[in-house]
Amino acid sequence: MQLPVAPSLLRTPLYESHVRAGARMVPFAGWEMPVSYPAGILAEVRAVRTAAGMFDVSHMGRLRVRGEAAARFLDTVCSADVSGLGHGRSKYHVICNERGGIIDDAIVYRLTDDECLLVVNAGNKQAVLDWVLPRARAFAVAVRDTSAEFAMVAVQGPEAVGILDRLTGGVASGVRPFRIGTIVIDGVAMLAGRTGYTGEDGFEVMPPATAAAAIWDRLGAAGVQPCGLGARDVCRLEAGLMLHGVDMTVDNNPIEAGLERFVYLDSPGYVAAGALRQLRERGTPRVIVGIRMLERAIPRHGYAIFAGRGAAVGPSEGGSEGDVQVGVVTSGTHSPTLDADIGMGYVDRAFSTPGTRLEIDVRGRRAGAGTVPLPFYSRRRS
Amino acid sequence: MAPNNPQDLKYSTEHEWARLQGETAVIGITHFAQDSLGDIVYISLPDVGSRVRQSQKMGEVESVKAVSDLFSPVSGKVVERNEAALKSPELVNREPFGGGWLIKVQLTDTSETVKLLDAAAYDRLTAGGH
Repeated sequence: MQLPVAPSLLRTPLYESHVRAGARMVPFAGWEMPVSYPAGILAEVRAVRTAAGMFDVSHMGRLRVRGEAAARFLDTVCSADVSGLGHGRSKYHVICNERGGIIDDAIVYRLTDDECLLVVNAGNKQAVLDWVLPRARAFAVAVRDTSAEFAMVAVQGPEAVGILDRLTGGVASGVRPFRIGTIVIDGVAMLAGRTGYTGEDGFEVMPPATAAAAIWDRLGAAGVQPCGLGARDVCRLEAGLMLHGVDMTVDNNPIEAGLERFVYLDSPGYVAAGALRQLRERGTPRVIVGIRMLERAIPRHGYAIFAGRGAAVGPSEGGSEGDVQVGVVTSGTHSPTLDADIGMGYVDRAFSTPGTRLEIDVRGRRAGAGTVPLPFYSRRRS
Repeated sequence: MAPNNPQDLKYSTEHEWARLQGETAVIGITHFAQDSLGDIVYISLPDVGSRVRQSQKMGEVESVKAVSDLFSPVSGKVVERNEAALKSPELVNREPFGGGWLIKVQLTDTSETVKLLDAAAYDRLTAGGH
């Protein structure tokens, strides 16, 4: 049960803050990150759902794309209509190769006419750069990796906006959902995107690396619970949000990954348009579904999914109910918010209708489950 | 701050402990183990009357993060299970050496307990393990 930490891991500007707070540090995508604080994952999730929690997400890649054609260039690599985004607006999307394979999912923020911020996953930053940089030349835009210059802290929960309002003299709430603006905390100016990965309202603030620890401490003193990757994974899963590398890889496309609504195909020169249009028209044989266990068992990455007893088995399938593997789990957890065991996975499309009975092979034992619509959890909106 | 590993217990390298009382032993997991696992949500234990063998799998503990096998530190027959811990697994996080014990075993071979570590040796095994 020991958790070895390799020596060559990168550290965020908040590393010392985490260690001082007694966080358990683990390797994640080449970084040494807190998985939990002494409060524990369940308490951290509760803080995010009922008050406010903060996550160090400084390991994520932040690429600045600058040039007269910045938005037009991003239109060719992102599945979002970046040119159509107003200043200060953002859009979740995927970055696909020519075959429609998902290199990464990302958020693009339109900062000005000629500048955008692209936030990508830590583990995929290099793959995104490798894909994007050669294509940027033709548009004469500069792509600069600013990840090390700034920290990024996600402040999430029903009290997050109120707390940030108190620290910014009421400026924070002026930044509406999915927008980005500049806020000032203790004289430190920083970009603040009203986005997140938990299903709660809140911000992702990006202070300069040198000021990160002071801002983190200030948020903590204001009552925000430090949270680790463990709580982040529970929150994103409850909110039905995918994790690249776990729920989707370059071998998946956004149609089967349930991300079709984040795919815009009409941008001039979009590299994946042909492949994605074809996938959309033909449909994909498999599709991601939400899974809710009907008994106590946590579905985990890689577990096989079988047709449930009582489920209709497709005519082309030879075996009887329960014998036919129809999919595989990509992620799962115990949801403390719903007091249920939940997960996501790919299944043959015939088994994707909500309410379909499934069986999950949980380490040799068959556990009953059903497909449910995503997300599992939605916050009450005021 | 981690509580000390109690002096009166014997420890396995897989982070289980045994409290030896003559022909029986009470078994649990260590503070180090529960701390590494994080919030435990499920525990599965062998049935009363079944046999466990030293260093063999006897059950599972599952936390939000991961599932881990439990290995029996002794051999014998299960005479009691901690129903309170099964019902409220957080008890194992809270009191790993006390109320969060797991099973009581009637020993078949008391001599094999010499293979277990004393508290000092287990301290050394887990020192700097975080």
